[in-house]
Amino acid sequence: MSPRVKTFRKVQNPPPVKGFKPYGPDSGKRNSKPVILLFEEYEALRLCDYNRYKHQQASVMMEVSRPTFTRIYASALEKIARAFVEGRQISIEGGKVYYDSEWYRCTGCHCYFNHRGEGKEVSNCPLCSGLDVVPYNQTINAG
Amino acid sequence: MKVAIASTGNSLESAIDAHFGRCSYFVIVDTETKAVEFIRNPNKEAEEGTGTASVHLMASLSVRKIISGGFGMKIKPLLDSQTIQMIILPDPGKKIKEILELLTH
Repeated sequence: MSPRVKTFRKVQNPPPVKGFKPYGPDSGKRNSKPVILLFEEYEALRLCDYNRYKHQQASVMMEVSRPTFTRIYASALEKIARAFVEGRQISIEGGKVYYDSEWYRCTGCHCYFNHRGEGKEVSNCPLCSGLDVVPYNQTINAG
Repeated sequence: MKVAIASTGNSLESAIDAHFGRCSYFVIVDTETKAVEFIRNPNKEAEEGTGTASVHLMASLSVRKIISGGFGMKIKPLLDSQTIQMIILPDPGKKIKEILELLTH
C-alpha cells in the first residue's frame, strides 16, 4: 500500500533568508551536513512562536488539520534543537507548500491580477500602471 | 524585468491567447531593454500537463509576470510558489502590440 499523499500547506511568504550558519572557531569542522528545515516547518514556527497564534488558528491559516499542524511544529522544534546542539547549519528548503496571493482587478484596463501580500499593499496595476485597483473577492472562472 | 504574454501567433498583430498552457507562442518582453522575443510553445499539442510544462519553461526564462486571457486550474499554486505574477486580461481581441504599449508607456 502506498502512503497517503500529503496535502499542500499554505505559506504566506517565503522566509527572508535561505538558512543559518553557526559561527566561532570550531564551527563547520564537525557536522558539516546542514539540517533541512522545510518551508512548512518555518511557517509553523513563525505563526506559533513569532505571531503567537494558537495551534488551532495557525492550522486554519495553513489549511491543514490541527493534529497535522502540531506534527509539523514538533518536527520544526526537533530540527532546530538538533542544529543548535550539534552545531549544524540550518537550511530552509523544500516541503509541500504553496504561497498565498490575493486577486485584484484594475478598473482602468479591466484586467485581473494576483499580488502576494508581503506586508505591502498593492498600489498600481502591473499592466497599465493605473491606480484604480480594487480587491477582487469572487471566484474567477479561469479558462 | 521579463514579462511573458500568451499569444495566438508570432507577430505583433496577433491577439492574446485565452489559454496559457496551450497558446501558440509566448512573447517574452524585457521591460528594461524593450527587447521582444517570440518563443513557440513546445507543449501545445501535448495531451496533458501543458500548463505545468509551460510554467517550468517560464521559470527557466526567469519571467516575473505572465499575461494571458486565462489560466488553468493547477497553475496558481505553481506560479505562486515560483513568485510569478499572473495577469488575466479577458479581452480576446487585444493585440500583442496594444499590450506592449500598455506595459511600456
